[in-house]
Amino acid sequence: MASNRDWTWFYRLGSPRWFYETTGRWLPWLWTLTLLLLTTGLVWGLGYAPQDAKQGNSFRIIYLHVPVSFLALAGYYLMAIAGAIGLIWKMKLSYMVMKSAAPIGAALTFLALFTGAVWGKPTWGTYWVWDARITSMLILLFLYLGVLALQYAFHSQESGNKASAILALVGTVNIPIIYKSVDWWYTLHQPATIKLTSAPSMHIDMFQPLLMMIIALYCFYALALILFTRAEILQRERKAAWVCELALQADKVAAWEAEE
Amino acid sequence: MSNIGFTAYLKRDLLLSYRRLGEAASPLMFFLLVSILIPLGVSPDPERLAELAPGMMWVMALLATLLSTEGLFATDHQDGSLEQMLIAPQLLALPVLGKVTAHWLVTGLPLTMVSPLIGLMLSLPPVAMVPMMASLAVGTACLSLIGAVGAALTVSLRKGGLLLSILVIPLYIPVIIFGSAAVQTAVDGFNWLGPLAILAAMLCAAIALCPLAIAGALRLVSSN
Repeated sequence: MASNRDWTWFYRLGSPRWFYETTGRWLPWLWTLTLLLLTTGLVWGLGYAPQDAKQGNSFRIIYLHVPVSFLALAGYYLMAIAGAIGLIWKMKLSYMVMKSAAPIGAALTFLALFTGAVWGKPTWGTYWVWDARITSMLILLFLYLGVLALQYAFHSQESGNKASAILALVGTVNIPIIYKSVDWWYTLHQPATIKLTSAPSMHIDMFQPLLMMIIALYCFYALALILFTRAEILQRERKAAWVCELALQADKVAAWEAEE
Repeated sequence: MSNIGFTAYLKRDLLLSYRRLGEAASPLMFFLLVSILIPLGVSPDPERLAELAPGMMWVMALLATLLSTEGLFATDHQDGSLEQMLIAPQLLALPVLGKVTAHWLVTGLPLTMVSPLIGLMLSLPPVAMVPMMASLAVGTACLSLIGAVGAALTVSLRKGGLLLSILVIPLYIPVIIFGSAAVQTAVDGFNWLGPLAILAAMLCAAIALCPLAIAGALRLVSSN
């Protein structure tokens, strides 16, 4: 039955141990790839890409700002989908992924807002404007914080998981509505003095490093998510036999190293 | 037959709020009292008040609704009647909708009714009175439904109040945008039915989706 076999990978995901061991094998590669892409992208973007005609060097923050904002948004959907999988298939692992995605996403959203503010000061002369996109990002930050707060509010892990999964899903339905309404609110209330979308056609020399940084940040996100999830797995499965074995092994290695 | 749970819970909750009138009136008192603070805190100048009134009234109504949302399922959870609702054979979404409707009748509707009075005190232009009432009537219903999702998620927590506002305020944003926009467009002399129609569309979506989310949250969260 080919169709049955096709799904085995999915069912295997139900085992945190399988995930821990598989990602353990990926980690060295992912670390190398992430560091390589990040350094090349940053050096290329910050050092070698041509200056912007109007903004000079200050535009270079785009190489951090844009990829981070991308992932802040994509991360919310990943979190919500992980939560939905957890609710539907009652999979322990996906709740762990969901819980790990929340702080990473919140940090990325904050970083997007922060880099935006730093960029805004030299370009527009102000750190903050109530622009549609900035406002939406701020709301996204609070959506993340809500999921995070709800997760930790419950004594029982089970309830925290389910509650924050439901909240993440409710947020997913709402995100397009919030974005559209904030967009509409902005066009209604404020004159479009500042255009964030003023660089649709980018020079290829500027675009290539940006693309590289976007890929690098995706790798970084994957790495961070895996590391957070691994920590979460160890924390939650601390009473499982395989984790105890792992800890004992680590103890042995440490003792052996101390003897050396 | 199919709406048995709806009317039963609607009647029950209305009766309960009638018996605890002081509690039911607290959002209304909040609305009235905060409206006193605005002229005192900002300026009693009618022109400035008129400028602020549409947005301020919506913010106050939103906070008043939020204040009352916490208790939506909390007392039922404490005295065990929530569990009775959960083990009842009918579809959970209908009793839930009944409870939320009762909540709106007790909080949103009175807020709508007194809003002309507050509008008068805050020198809201007379043309904006009807749009204010219409948008509050539709909008507070949305707020009740969305807030009930948050209330259901935090029902088993001892101190859910602050958490509830963190969860719910981001979701309230579209409602307040279009609610205050309806009033503002009327003040500016344009056709205010557009924003109101969008608000009504949001209410339709909320009536369809929120009871399901509330029912799911109640089942999953209050069970342990």
